[in-house]
Amino acid sequence: MILIMDDVFKALADASRRSLLDRLHARNGQTLNELCDGLDMTRQAVTKHLVILEAANLVTTIRHGREKLHYLNPVPLHEIGERWIKKFERGKLAALSELKRQLEKRDE
Amino acid sequence: MSKPEFVYVTYIETTPDKLWQALTSSEFSRAYWFGTELRSDWRVGSPFALVMGGTTSDVGEILEYDPPRRLSYTFQHVLKEEFRNERPTKVVFTLEPHGKLVKLTLTHEGFGGVPELLNAISNGWPAILSSLKSLLETGNALAIPLSALGTKGV
Repeated sequence: MILIMDDVFKALADASRRSLLDRLHARNGQTLNELCDGLDMTRQAVTKHLVILEAANLVTTIRHGREKLHYLNPVPLHEIGERWIKKFERGKLAALSELKRQLEKRDE
Repeated sequence: MSKPEFVYVTYIETTPDKLWQALTSSEFSRAYWFGTELRSDWRVGSPFALVMGGTTSDVGEILEYDPPRRLSYTFQHVLKEEFRNERPTKVVFTLEPHGKLVKLTLTHEGFGGVPELLNAISNGWPAILSSLKSLLETGNALAIPLSALGTKGV
């Protein structure tokens, strides 16, 4: 996969960036001003974090009239879930069938 | 003009033509969209329907058909009583080639005040888009059971 799993994890490895994602989850489609409102971060810091989130495709922006709106993009998170959670699930199933095989062998 | 409720982006290693085909053919949609068929003749103004196992779940109208760049249709759920009287929403797919990748942007807008409908949509699209990406890049769609999404057949 060309995209950028490392970028996603790096982007998530920061509490300020996670809180920006939480804010977008609470209300999607915000301007930079709205996102900065009530936050304990400078506008420059928020901008910098948004660039990193956008590069990881966790935030996407559209032009809406004269405004630039930021949206939470959950698609990469979904891909992480598919790749990692499903993988662990398979491991559990394999372990269970091995356990079953071993137990049944002793009964013979 | 109200702002879209949802904007989703995924980058898929494919060509715009293949992605366009995947967005407009039942052969593909059955694989990545929970077994759903897309029924339309894809002319602007023509009806559009989502059909799952012979049952129509959503209907709409084709608003834009500009292959392989821009596709738009309206969307109205018709199965569940509580959503049937909601006004139609609008979906827009935009395809932009970037080297070996195609950037697919999906916007969905025009929702009334029904939180359950918003929830169902926000659970559905990311799963459908990841599955579509997987299908085009590896030939395998992700088999995501509807029940895993916490919605009941919306």
